[in-house]
Amino acid sequence: MKTILKALLGSAVVALLAAPASAATLDDVKAKGHIQCGVSTGLAGFSAPDNAGNWTGLDVDFCRAVAAAVFDDPNAVQFTPLSAKERFTALQSGEVDLLSRNTTWTISRDTALGLNFAGVTYYDGQGFMINAKKLQGINSALQLSGAAVCVQAGTTTELNLADYFKANNMEYNPVVFEKLEEVNTAYDSGRCDVYTTDQSGLYAIRLTLSSPDDHIVLPEIISKEPLGPVVRHGDDQWFDIVKWVYYALLNAEELGVSQANIEESMNSDKPDVRRLLGTEDGTKLGSDLGLTNDWAARVIKHVGNYGEMFERNVGADSPLKISRGVNALWTKGGLQYGMPIR
Amino acid sequence: MATQQTIAEGAAPRVPLLYDPRVRGIAYQVLVFVGLFAFVYWIIGNTAANLQRANIASGFGFLQGRAGFDIGDSLIQYSSDSTYGRALVVGFLNTLRVAIFGIITATIVGFLVGIGRLSKNWLINRICLVYVEVFRNIPPLLVIFFWYFGVLSVLPLPRDSIALPFGSYLNSRGFYLPKFLWGEGAGLIALAFVLALVFAWFVRRWAYKRQMATGERFPVLWTSVGLIVGLPLLAFIVTGFPLSFEFPALSTFNLRGGVQIRPEFLSLYLALSFYTAAFIAEIVRAGVLGVNRGQTEASHALGLRSGPTLRLVVIPQALRIIIPPLTSQYLNLTKNSSLAVAIGYPDLVATGGTTLNQTGQAIEIVAIWLIVYLGLSLATAGFMNWYNARMALVER
Ligand SMILES: N[C@@H](CCC(=O)N[C@@H](CS)C(=O)NCC(=O)O)C(=O)O
Repeated sequence: MKTILKALLGSAVVALLAAPASAATLDDVKAKGHIQCGVSTGLAGFSAPDNAGNWTGLDVDFCRAVAAAVFDDPNAVQFTPLSAKERFTALQSGEVDLLSRNTTWTISRDTALGLNFAGVTYYDGQGFMINAKKLQGINSALQLSGAAVCVQAGTTTELNLADYFKANNMEYNPVVFEKLEEVNTAYDSGRCDVYTTDQSGLYAIRLTLSSPDDHIVLPEIISKEPLGPVVRHGDDQWFDIVKWVYYALLNAEELGVSQANIEESMNSDKPDVRRLLGTEDGTKLGSDLGLTNDWAARVIKHVGNYGEMFERNVGADSPLKISRGVNALWTKGGLQYGMPIR
Repeated sequence: MATQQTIAEGAAPRVPLLYDPRVRGIAYQVLVFVGLFAFVYWIIGNTAANLQRANIASGFGFLQGRAGFDIGDSLIQYSSDSTYGRALVVGFLNTLRVAIFGIITATIVGFLVGIGRLSKNWLINRICLVYVEVFRNIPPLLVIFFWYFGVLSVLPLPRDSIALPFGSYLNSRGFYLPKFLWGEGAGLIALAFVLALVFAWFVRRWAYKRQMATGERFPVLWTSVGLIVGLPLLAFIVTGFPLSFEFPALSTFNLRGGVQIRPEFLSLYLALSFYTAAFIAEIVRAGVLGVNRGQTEASHALGLRSGPTLRLVVIPQALRIIIPPLTSQYLNLTKNSSLAVAIGYPDLVATGGTTLNQTGQAIEIVAIWLIVYLGLSLATAGFMNWYNARMALVER
């Protein structure tokens, strides 16, 4: 009943309040004094509350980056934890201003759902995890025919899973839950043999299982999962802001501007750096965006560049220890490519 | 209005139109109606405009689209190639299945416990009391979690399944039963069964008439049982035992073959049944207590023994008290079945929610939910009202 009610409220809100929601989000946000950001309910490295109750993670830091650009304060954000199923309704209805919740960019979400993807903060792909101790001798996803598979409802995961098993003429038994916690408990207690989701998610979830070392992630990657921040249709200015905060993070890394050297960089005489940080004479790059000219400097000062965000949350400095891989900058053979700031 | 009308028709004192209660009454109704209409019109227009502005698709065309997701538990043929419409039907049938089984079980358990509460046996009485108090005071969601995480998920893994009689097994993936594979001639058995039912009905009618006419009684129950068991059995023998079984057997991951009853269904079904049964027990107790003791005494005085007294005198009267509140319990059970999402049972809310998430058609899906639950509730209530009318005092 609760879900029905929520969806009902959601659609009622779409119906009645869509007017303010489609108006200038920036003005709304400024009037509120904070950004309302939709994140996942708890996925280590992406968005999870730490011991002190502060939200941390790559997705969370992106929200903070936008808050830093708008308010010069990375804490001017309030987080709304959303399940996969709830997230789009929450964004469409204006309950959140920005959705930064490992959401895959797909055509139907971009069109029929009325959403705009601002970029790809993490290139991922779907994988499978099994308990290697209980299922010895399984080392490929192609051996999984007949397995019970745990998966979260309302995800691309659910769809890729169906396609993959069908394409390989294998059977499976879907065990579908709405909440991440429920999927984790079910997998941990042996309700299913296999856990499938984005690979980054698998690594994060493995840490929370009762004996993480027993579990292995199978080598197959069965899909493309470009994960990124999302806004709703109908507000180009807000879309631009979110998009360019993302590019600023990438350009800063490319130009070697980091949280550590931001003070010196402000005095840099390199034209690229000056344009990025708004120190160029007479610049109006920031004000054209609807922000101050030091918008990108604020972002770097408070949350660092993309590389720093990555290493801190999911990379070498985190328990996840994920390597940059395809998420390296294009200059280093990866896919991350910041559009020119000029 | 009625009383005002009589006055107006009687002496007809001349009143200015503005103060005429009848005119006023009509005017108010027209006003409310127009207001309501304008409100609905505004809501619909506003919704459509906003949906368009937000670029969200609308209409029911999406029901023909390919769903793309699989559903674990389905009563009809369904695959990821099926349409969204079919996915919703699968969800609806799952809701219906758990509601129907739940209602039947809750009624049986509820009646037993309710009668148990009235028992003079101290132990039975107390056990029933504890049952009612425990289940009545726990939110249904917790009861569902109790069954799912507390009972069914701690069962052993498929490799170490608990073997039960008749080749059935119990493990953390559910309850596995052998599957009946009917061979040639099975249709005849089904036919025999239907025939037996029809016969039994005629026998009952004939016996009733004869008892009314002559006072002689006929063992209807035993004849019916004999018919219903005997005829199909005969057909079974005649057709040469056209039945074989497919037993569940262990494969790499799970038990394969046989019939699997999944733990999601089981826990939802058990939870709803036992939860609702506690309320039904109280209703039954109230119903029985509501029949005047004098009725029992009078019946005894007429020479009826305890059994027939209960069956012919007390229960028919108690039922009249029981049925109306029982109906609301049935409705509650049906609506509570939407708690299924919490444990991943693919009911209408779950499959509808996934459809909503993929197509973004919130308004359409919510409308479908509302209509289906409303329809289910009205159908249940309609049936119970019909039954109630049948049970009502018929004066002769
Ligand atoms: N990228 C996929 C799946 C994203 C997803 O929801 N993944 C799950 C499993 S890793 C998750 O993050 N759940 C967190 C939550 O529900 O709070 C999508 O956009 O559909």
